[in-house]
Formats: sequence, structure tokens, C-alpha cells
Amino acid sequence: MRGVRRLLILPAGLLAGFILMVATRPDAWAQSLVADLSSHLIAITTGFTGTDVVLFGAVDGEGDVAVVVQGPEGEVTVRHKDRVAGIWINTDEIEFARVPAFYTVALSNTLDGVVPPAVLQRHEIGLDYIRLAPVKKIDKAEKLAEYRAALIRNKQRMGLYTTEVGEVSFLGQRLFRTRIYFPANVPTGTYTASVFLIRDGDVVSAQTTPLLVSKIGFSASVAEFAQRQSVFYAVLGILLAVSLGWLAGIIFRKS
Amino acid sequence: MQIYLPIAEISVNALLILLLGGGVGFLSGLFGVGGGFLMTPLLIFIGVPPAVAVGTQANQLVGASVSGVLAHWRRNNVDVKLGLVMLSGGTVGTALGVWIFGLLQALGHIDLVISLSYVLFLGTVSSLMLWESVGAIIRGRGSVATRSKLHHHTWLHGLPFKMRFPRSRLYISALLPALIGFVCGLLVAIMGIGGGFLLVPAMIYILGMPTALVAGTSLFQIVFTTGIAAFLQAVGNQTVDIMLALLLLVGGVIGAQFGTRIGAKLRGEQARALLALVVLAVAAKLAVDLVLRPEDLFSITLPGGS
Repeated sequence: MRGVRRLLILPAGLLAGFILMVATRPDAWAQSLVADLSSHLIAITTGFTGTDVVLFGAVDGEGDVAVVVQGPEGEVTVRHKDRVAGIWINTDEIEFARVPAFYTVALSNTLDGVVPPAVLQRHEIGLDYIRLAPVKKIDKAEKLAEYRAALIRNKQRMGLYTTEVGEVSFLGQRLFRTRIYFPANVPTGTYTASVFLIRDGDVVSAQTTPLLVSKIGFSASVAEFAQRQSVFYAVLGILLAVSLGWLAGIIFRKS
Repeated sequence: MQIYLPIAEISVNALLILLLGGGVGFLSGLFGVGGGFLMTPLLIFIGVPPAVAVGTQANQLVGASVSGVLAHWRRNNVDVKLGLVMLSGGTVGTALGVWIFGLLQALGHIDLVISLSYVLFLGTVSSLMLWESVGAIIRGRGSVATRSKLHHHTWLHGLPFKMRFPRSRLYISALLPALIGFVCGLLVAIMGIGGGFLLVPAMIYILGMPTALVAGTSLFQIVFTTGIAAFLQAVGNQTVDIMLALLLLVGGVIGAQFGTRIGAKLRGEQARALLALVVLAVAAKLAVDLVLRPEDLFSITLPGGS
């Protein structure tokens, strides 16, 4: 009885398989996930105290959504202190290459046990899966793991890596949104907001949107001036100090 | 009112910085010192990157010293010749210090060296000062500071390149003031302090200068060493935040005026004892931090030194 049924289902199964193959081709992905940011530029002005950016989008059906925002990459040195002659001194260090300056993640549902670690690793979804590779090869895996954890811990203390997973909330079946917070000490540079649609333990669709964090207005002019015309800037700073000191001397002389 | 500091790249409360500048300015007016030894650790504490704290502090001290040196200049209490000789050593020391600062930063030992220098120099000088001033208080008022001999002849006077300093009535080797200037120049660059705290006792006890001229002459030299340090830090390391310096200056200048007025009512040894206690507290705090197990044994350094 069951054997006959399987024979009948076979052609239908092949057809379904073919449709699935077509549907999962990259150009077809674009339809299943659309997302955008409320703003593509975070302007650091003189009064900047941190800001929220809303990421919103729609999916074409069931599935979980993961949002990962990463900041500009750079080298970071992690140093370890040891007690030498009674005082604590940096004795060892590992330099990590291409460390994102900022990292935050938001999920619509927990992915633990649902999505295999290899998938999370590939897309760097979650603090445990950020790609943090040392500049020089380190043989001891244990030591590397310790320094890696320390790097994340220090970044979290600075408020630049998320301490808890954010929430992607669904409005109905299709629409989703999440709020990404950028603290006052957010580094300037180009960021990426990646959105992943996850079904049956795998990423079926993804979209990456750029986001620029930039100094604007007066603070930008000052920083640029200090960089490009550093000699003038230095002289100006000293002149400012001298004239203020001079002025104070005159104002308070008689009184 | 929050304000974003363009070089330090952090957002701070402008009022807090003004108050900080005012408070430290008050103490510096009260005791007649620059106050860099208090300001630099405080800035680091509120989140300013150490390199920016030191660089900006140098710039701010220029302004603070200018108003001080003007007051002394009017009373003719500046030995320009001696100041210039000290400055020759100070220039070399400052340039070397800025270079060492960059090197230590790359090696990851700058925080340790800053802490150790604070503990060593400030701890020693303040202990000596406390000892001397408490002794003076115990001996009671009325007793004039007794100088056992007007002129000690030690090996220091056997050094070559002897020079006359008519204003201070000294005939000493030019190497001595140059060396003192050199050491203080080093400290200006590395510790972000003016160095008046070390200069004043060194000029009194090593050079044997008349006390009346010491404050003005040391400030005269400090204006230039801090100026050179601020220039080199801004050009070489881009670590001078003009916004931060401006806020600190405005607060500091006002605070210093009130401090000077209160300070005029304090007796010399009382002021010195109080100052010694404040400095000793800073040094002790840093010493404890060096010895205690840190909360996190790991630290990270980002490109840019923050």
C-alpha cells in the first residue's frame, strides 16, 4: 500500500524540488525579504548624545528575522596583566585583525538549537560568532578563546558591543521592525545593517544596507582642521589659552 | 548640557567640565600650583582617552600659567635669565617626553608609567612637604624659618659652566637649572602636569633661589614647556581637544581667582600641609590601584589610543 503511494508521489516530489531550486536562486531571494533603515546617516553634531535608528521591513511568509549591525573594522590589541614585583603590569598581548568597532544583534526568536552554529558563524549572527582572528597565528586555542572573550567583554563595558540580544518585533505576519541604539561614543565610519530571513534552520534570504556615522557641522570642522592643518590648529590652541589667561589677568587685576 | 568633544570623540556634560575646571582652578589658586596632577586623572576618570587628557591638559596649563606669570611679572618677581636657562633644558626634556609618550603608548605601558611617575614623584615630594609643613606648624607661629647657613658649599657648586644670575644673586653652574628644567619637561609631556610642584622645591633646595622669585620664575618656564608640549602633542599625536581645553580654561580661570583670594588668608605652612595632603591622597589612590588586583586583568587598545 505504502509502496504504491510513494510511486505516485515521486513525479510530484521532483516537480516540487525543482520549484524550490528556482525559488531559492539569489535573484528570487530579493522578493522574500525587504528592509530599510529610518535613516542612513547618523550625524554627530555638537549636541550628540546617542541616537536610535529604526530598521523595518517585510517578509513573504513564515520565518525568523535576525538583524546584525556592525561598525568599521580595525586592529585591536588585547593585553593581559600579571603581577610583577607586587604591581600589575601588562605582560602579554594578542592583536586581533579586522575587529568591528561596533556590534549589535536583534532577533525575532531565539536561534539556540534551531539554527546550526555553522550557519550563525557564516553570517556572524550573535556575539559568540563574530569573526575575530588574530593577526599572527596563535597555537593555543584556550588562550585565544580567553583573549577573545576579554575583547568582547571590554567592548561591552564601553557600550560598543551589545550586552543583550535586541528584539525584532512582528506587526502581523509580514511586517517587522527593530530599534538599534547608537551610544554617544559611537565611532565614525561606514556601518552595515544586515537582515537575515531564517527558515528551517537556514538563512534563506539576506539583505545588507549601509549606514554612515559621520561628524557634521562644527565638531566635524574642528576635527578636520586638527587633522589637516595640525600646525595651525596647535598654534591656535595655544593662542586661545594665552589670550584667555591674559584676559583673566586683566579682568581680575583690580577687583 | 551635553557637548560632543571632536577630538576626544565622546559626549560630556559641559557644566561638569566647567565645574571640574573651576574646582581644580580653585585649588591651584589656593596653593599656587598648576593643578595638572589632579586634572589629568580626573579627565581620564570621566572617560577622556588618556592621550587626549595629557595633550589637552598641556594646552590648558599654558593659559593657567600665563595669568599666574603676569601677576608675578608686575611685581618684578621673575628671573628671566634663570628661567631661560631652565627652559633650554625644558625644551629638550619636553620633546624627548613627547617621543617617549608615543613609544610607551605603542608598547602598552603608558598607563603604568603615568601611574608609577605619579606615585614616585608626587608621593615623595608631598611626603617631604607634609613633614616640613607639619613641623613648621608644631614649632608654632612666630618662629622665623631659620636658615642654618646662608651658603652651603656642596659638590653641586663644583660643576662646570658657572654663570651669574644677578636677579637671584646666584653664581652657579648653568647645568643645574638646565637639568631641573629637563626633568620637569619630561614630566610635562608624560604626566600632563605643569611640573611646578617639583620645580618649586627643586629651585629652593637645589638652586637656593630666593623664595620670592621661585613661583614667578617657575611659572615663566612652565608657560613655555607646556606650550611646546601642547604644540608637539597637537601636531604629532593629534591629541589636543580645543573644545575641552576651552571649557577647562573658562572654569579654571574663574576658580583660580577665588582660590587666590582664600589662599591669601591661609598661612604658608597651613596651605603647604593641605596641598601635601591632597597630593598624597592622589598618589596613594594610584599606588593602591597598582597593587590591587584589577577587576579585569584584560584591557584593550583601539587604534588611536583611546
